Amino acid sequence: MTDKTNWDWETKEKQISDLNEWKSSYNWVEEPYASPDGEKIAAIVNTDDMEFNVCENSKAWEIEEPFEKAYSLRYSPDGRLIVLAAADDEWKTVVDGKPWETIFDFLWDLRFSKDGKAIAVATQTDGEYCMAVNDVPWKDSYSFITCMTLSDDGKNSGSVVQTINLGQAEVFKFQKGAFSAAVNGVPWDTNFVNVWNMAFNADGSKLAAEVRLNLYDYTIAVDGKAWNSIYGCVWEPIFHPNTNSVIAPVKVKDGWTLAQDDNILWDSRFAQVWHQMVSRQSDKIAAIAATSYGKWTVAVDGKPWDITFGDMVTDAVFSPDGTQIACIGTDSGKYTICNDGKAWDIKCDMVWKPVFSPDGSKIAAKIDKNGKRTIAVNGKLWNKMCDEVWEPVFSPDGSKILCRSVEDGKYYRRVIPVSEF
Amino acid sequence: MALPYIEYEKNIIDEGLETGMKNLTQERIDKALAKVLDGETGAKLKAYVDTCVHCGLCSDACHMYLSTKRDPTLTPAGKVKRSLSVLLENRGNITPEIIKKVSIVASTECNLCKRCVHYCPFGIDIAYMMSVVRRICHLCGVTPLYIQDTAHSHAVTQNQMWVKEDEWIDTLQWQEEDAREEIPDCRIPLDKEGADFMYSVIGPEPKFLAQLLYQTAIIFNTAGLNWTMPSCPGWDNSDMAMFTGDSEIMGRNKRFHYEAAQRLKVKRIVMGECGHAFRSVWDMGNRWLGWGMPPVPMVHAIEFYYDLLKSGKIKVKEKYKKSVTLHDPCNTIRGMGLHEKARYVVNELCENFIEMHPNREHNYCCNAGGGVINCGPPFKKKRVATNRIKAQQIADTGAEILITPCHNCHSGMEDIIGDYGVGMHVKFINDIMYEVMEKPEIE
Amino acid sequence: MNSFNSIYNFVSGPLVWLAFIVFIGGSIYRIRNLIILVNKKERFIYTYMSLKYSLRSISHWIVPFATISWRTRPVMTITTFIFHAGLVIMPFFLSAHVIMFHNAWGFSWGSLPEGFTDAVTLIVIICCVIFLLRRVALRDVKFLTDASDYAVLLIAAAPFITGFLAYHNFGSYHFWIILHILSGEIMLVAIPFTKLRHMLYAVFTRAYIGSEFGKIRHARDW
Ligand code: HEM
Ligand code: SF4
Ligand code: SF4
Repeated sequence: MTDKTNWDWETKEKQISDLNEWKSSYNWVEEPYASPDGEKIAAIVNTDDMEFNVCENSKAWEIEEPFEKAYSLRYSPDGRLIVLAAADDEWKTVVDGKPWETIFDFLWDLRFSKDGKAIAVATQTDGEYCMAVNDVPWKDSYSFITCMTLSDDGKNSGSVVQTINLGQAEVFKFQKGAFSAAVNGVPWDTNFVNVWNMAFNADGSKLAAEVRLNLYDYTIAVDGKAWNSIYGCVWEPIFHPNTNSVIAPVKVKDGWTLAQDDNILWDSRFAQVWHQMVSRQSDKIAAIAATSYGKWTVAVDGKPWDITFGDMVTDAVFSPDGTQIACIGTDSGKYTICNDGKAWDIKCDMVWKPVFSPDGSKIAAKIDKNGKRTIAVNGKLWNKMCDEVWEPVFSPDGSKILCRSVEDGKYYRRVIPVSEF
Repeated sequence: MALPYIEYEKNIIDEGLETGMKNLTQERIDKALAKVLDGETGAKLKAYVDTCVHCGLCSDACHMYLSTKRDPTLTPAGKVKRSLSVLLENRGNITPEIIKKVSIVASTECNLCKRCVHYCPFGIDIAYMMSVVRRICHLCGVTPLYIQDTAHSHAVTQNQMWVKEDEWIDTLQWQEEDAREEIPDCRIPLDKEGADFMYSVIGPEPKFLAQLLYQTAIIFNTAGLNWTMPSCPGWDNSDMAMFTGDSEIMGRNKRFHYEAAQRLKVKRIVMGECGHAFRSVWDMGNRWLGWGMPPVPMVHAIEFYYDLLKSGKIKVKEKYKKSVTLHDPCNTIRGMGLHEKARYVVNELCENFIEMHPNREHNYCCNAGGGVINCGPPFKKKRVATNRIKAQQIADTGAEILITPCHNCHSGMEDIIGDYGVGMHVKFINDIMYEVMEKPEIE
Repeated sequence: MNSFNSIYNFVSGPLVWLAFIVFIGGSIYRIRNLIILVNKKERFIYTYMSLKYSLRSISHWIVPFATISWRTRPVMTITTFIFHAGLVIMPFFLSAHVIMFHNAWGFSWGSLPEGFTDAVTLIVIICCVIFLLRRVALRDVKFLTDASDYAVLLIAAAPFITGFLAYHNFGSYHFWIILHILSGEIMLVAIPFTKLRHMLYAVFTRAYIGSEFGKIRHARDW
C-alpha cells in the first residue's frame, strides 16, 4: 500500500494549477488526472498538428520529439505519471517523461502492482503478443492474448494466450481447445476451449482462472489443472489470502453460489453471485449477489442483507478491519452508498467506490449530482460543488480528508478535517 | 411490378451441421434434452406448446411463408411442428440426424422477429420456441458453421469479429486522426471515466465499417457531447451467442459490456444502429444475468439521434434530396417501439420520405436477423429466396434510398436488393445525418 | 322406457357432477401447475407482468377485426367469434338448460327464444364445418393438423349436433338427448386434458406477451 504519512496533511488549501491557462497554451487539453497525493495534475495536450505532449502542473514534459499519439495517461499508486505514446508507429511506455527502452508496434492495458512499483502493459509487435513489466517483455509471445493480470506484488504477470493457431471458421479444432494461460510468458501445459479472468494468490506463486472445457461445461483451473466438478457456468476465481484456497462463483442446478477448492461453500443459492471478496483480517467472505430477479444485495458468508437494489450493486469493499462492508447500490437510475445493509439517504446521479477511514468509522465517496462533482462523507455532502473531484483519501490517522478538485478550471488540493463534513 | 420467385436448394450442406451431427452421441442428445426440457424451460414453453390449436392464423405473419408460394412448412407454427414438436413427441428416439434437421429449421428458417406475436390470438411466442430448439442444438454441438465461429469469437474476444484488443484501439485512433481533417480537435475519448455516456458498437464496425465510427465522431464532436468508448473488451454489444443458444457466452459478453460501463462511471450507454445487439442488451443478456432491466440505462441510436435533433444539438444544413423509405427493424420497433422517433429523425433529415407498407410494428422482417445472415454463404440464396415479400415491399415505394437503422437488416437488404434487381441504395441514419448536418466551420 | 330413464338419470345426474368435478378440478390443477412452474423456474415473469398492458392486449384481441390478424383473415375471424360466443355463452341461455337448472336448484334467469338458439346452434355447427374445411383445404392449416385436432373439433361440435338433432326429434329423441348430455360432459372433461385447455391458458399467454410488449418493448402486440 502507498505510504501516505509523509504527504502534506497540514496545508488547508493549495491552488496547484490553473487549467484555463493550459487551454490557452495548447490547441486542446484532454481530461486531467490528479496525482494520488494531490500535489500534481496532468493532462495530454495537443501542441500542433499530430503532435502531443503531457503537461503536468502547467509544465510540459521535456521530450525529444513530440508524440504523434498518446493515450492512457495515469498516475501509478506511487505517484509516477505514465502515458502510452507513439511516434513513427513505434509505441513506448513513457514514465515521468522518460520512455522505456523497448519499443512495440502497439501498447495497451496499462496496469500497476498494489504499490505502483511495477508497471505492466500488453504489447504487440509484428502481430505477436505478450506482456511487458517494467520494460521487460515476456520471452515468449503469442498470436493472441487477453484477460491480462498482474500479481499484487507485481512480480508475476499472466494472461490468456492462444497456443494453437486456428484457421478461418475452424470450429471443431477450436472445440478441442486452443487456449491456455501463461504466467510470465510460460503457458500451462493444458489447453482449454476458453480461459478467462484469472487471479494470482498473495505471493504470486499460483494462478487460478475460469475455464470452459467444451461448449457448455465450465470449471476453475488452478495452475493448469481443472477442478473435478463441472459447473453450468463460473466467474472469476480469487485466492483466500490466509488459506490459499480458491474461491469462485459457480452455477449449480438451483442457482449461483460460491465454491471453495471445488466444494460448495455456501448453502444459499442466488440468481447471481460475483465479485466475491475475502477479508484478510476477519476471514469473512462476501459477494455481490442477486436474491432474485432484479434484487441485488451483498451476501456475507452466504447470508444476504435485507436491503436490495433494483438496478445493481457494484464496488463492494471491506472496512480495513474486515467487519463492515460498503458498496454502491442503484435503484431506478439513482446511486447511493450502502453500508452493512443500510443505505445513505442521499441519492446521486453517480457514485464512485466508497472509501473507509482507517478505523472504519467513516465512509467517503466521490459523487455526481446534477452534473456537478463533490465528496460525501457518511451521507453528508461537502459544501462545494465542483467541475471535477477525485476520489477522497483519508489521512493515516483518519482525522482529515484529502479533497482534490477542479473549480472554475482551477485545480485545488485541500485537506479538510472530517469533522467539517 | 411483381418480382420473380427465386428457386433455392432445399438440401443445404453446412459443414458445421454435418460434422456436428457426425460427432454427436446419443448420450449427449439425451443430456441436452434433459437439461433444456426438464431443467431450463418451464411454464412459458409448456403453455405455448399446450395452447397452440394449430389454427394457422400465424401463417400470414411470416415473410418466409409469404415470400415463397405459401410454403406450408414455413409458417411459424409449421416450423414449430418441424422442430420443437419433433423433439417433444419423439423424446427417447432422437437421432443426430433429427438434431441436424431441427437445427436447420430453428437456426436458418426463423429470424426470431416476433412478427407472429401480432398474428397468433394467444400471443404464442414462436421466436422463444425456436430459441429453445437452438439451445438444444447448441448443447448438441450441431449449429451452422459460420455463426458458430462467430459465437467462438464472442467467447474468446468478447466481440463478434475476432477483433484483437490492439486492433480495436488502433482503429479508433485511426478514425479519430482522419476525423481531425474535418474537425481539427475531434476526439474519440478512450476510457474517460465519468463521461455522460459510453458509446458502444458491434464488431463489424471496426472491422469493415470504420467510416461509421468516423461519422459518429464527427456527429458527437459537433454536438459537443461528453462521451467515451472503452479501450477494453466490453465495447461490443453484439451477440451471436444469444442466437446459437449459448446463453452462458451471451451472459458473459453482456457482463463485460455492462461492467465496462460501470467501471467508466457513465450514466448511460448509447449504442449504434444495431437491432439484435439492442435485443441482447435490453431484454436477453441482462435477464440471464439477473438484472431486471439494463443496469446502466441503454439508449439506441434512433432515440439518441432523435434527442440530438429535437434539442437542436445537431442542426440540418440542407435536407437530403433523394427520396427515401424506411425499414423498421424488428428489434428496435417490435422490440422497443422506436418507430415514431425514427420517422421524426428521417423527416428532419430528408425532404422526401415515402412509407413502405405494412410498417411500424407490422413491418416485414429483413430475413437477416436472428442470426440467419450469420449462418453465412451456404444459406444466402435461401435467405434471399424466402424474402421476396420484403424486396417487393421496398420496390413498391419507388424510393431511391432505403434507410435501415440496423446492421443485420442493412446487409440483408443489400442482398435482396441485389438479387431481385431493385435499384436502391441502403444507408444508415448515421450516413445521412453526417451528410446533411451543419458542421463546425474550420478557422 | 325404464332403461332410458335409468340411463338418463345417470348421465344427467351423477355423471354431470363427475364431469363438472373433473372439469373444475382439472382446470385448477392445470393452472396451479403452471403457476408452480413459474415460481420454480421463471420468477422473472412477475417482474415484467403488468395488469394495464395485459388488459390492453386482451381487450384488442377479444374484439373482432381489432387486430391485424383478425383483419387479415376475415372469414376465419367471423367464424371463430360466432363459434366461441355460441360455445361459451349459449349453454347458459338455452331455455332447456335454464329450465333444467330451475328444476334442480330452484332459481333461474332469462333465456333466449328457442328459435334464436336453434338458429345459433345451426350456425355453430356451420362454423365447425368451416373449421373442418379449413383444415382440409388450406395448405398451411392442413400441414399443422393432426388427428387430435379433428378429435377436438368433434368434441366441440358434438354437443351442438346432438342437441340440434334432439331438439328436432331427428329419429329417436332419447338417443340424441343422452348422446347430447354425454357429449357435453365429454367436452367439459376434455377441456383440461386436450388442446381445449387453450380456454384456460389463453388469458395468461396473452397477458404475458401483452405485458412484455407494453411494458418492456413499448410496442403494440396486435
Ligand atoms: C373462453 C376462452 C376461449 C378462448 C379465448 C378461445 C380462443 C380460441 C382461439 C384464439 C382459437 C384459435 C383459432 C380460432 O380463432 O378459431 C380457438 C380455437 C378453437 N377453440 Fe377456443 N377459445 C376458448 C374456449 C373454447 C372452448 C370452451 C372450446 C370448446 C370446448 C373451444 C374450442 C375451440 C376449437 C375446437 C378450436 C379450433 C378451431 C379449429 O379447428 O380451427 N374454445 N379458440
Ligand atoms: S421469422 Fe418471424 S414471423 Fe417467421 S416464425 Fe420466426 S419470428 Fe415468426
Ligand atoms: S396462430 Fe397461434 S395457435 Fe394458431 S397455429 Fe399459430 S401459433 Fe398456433
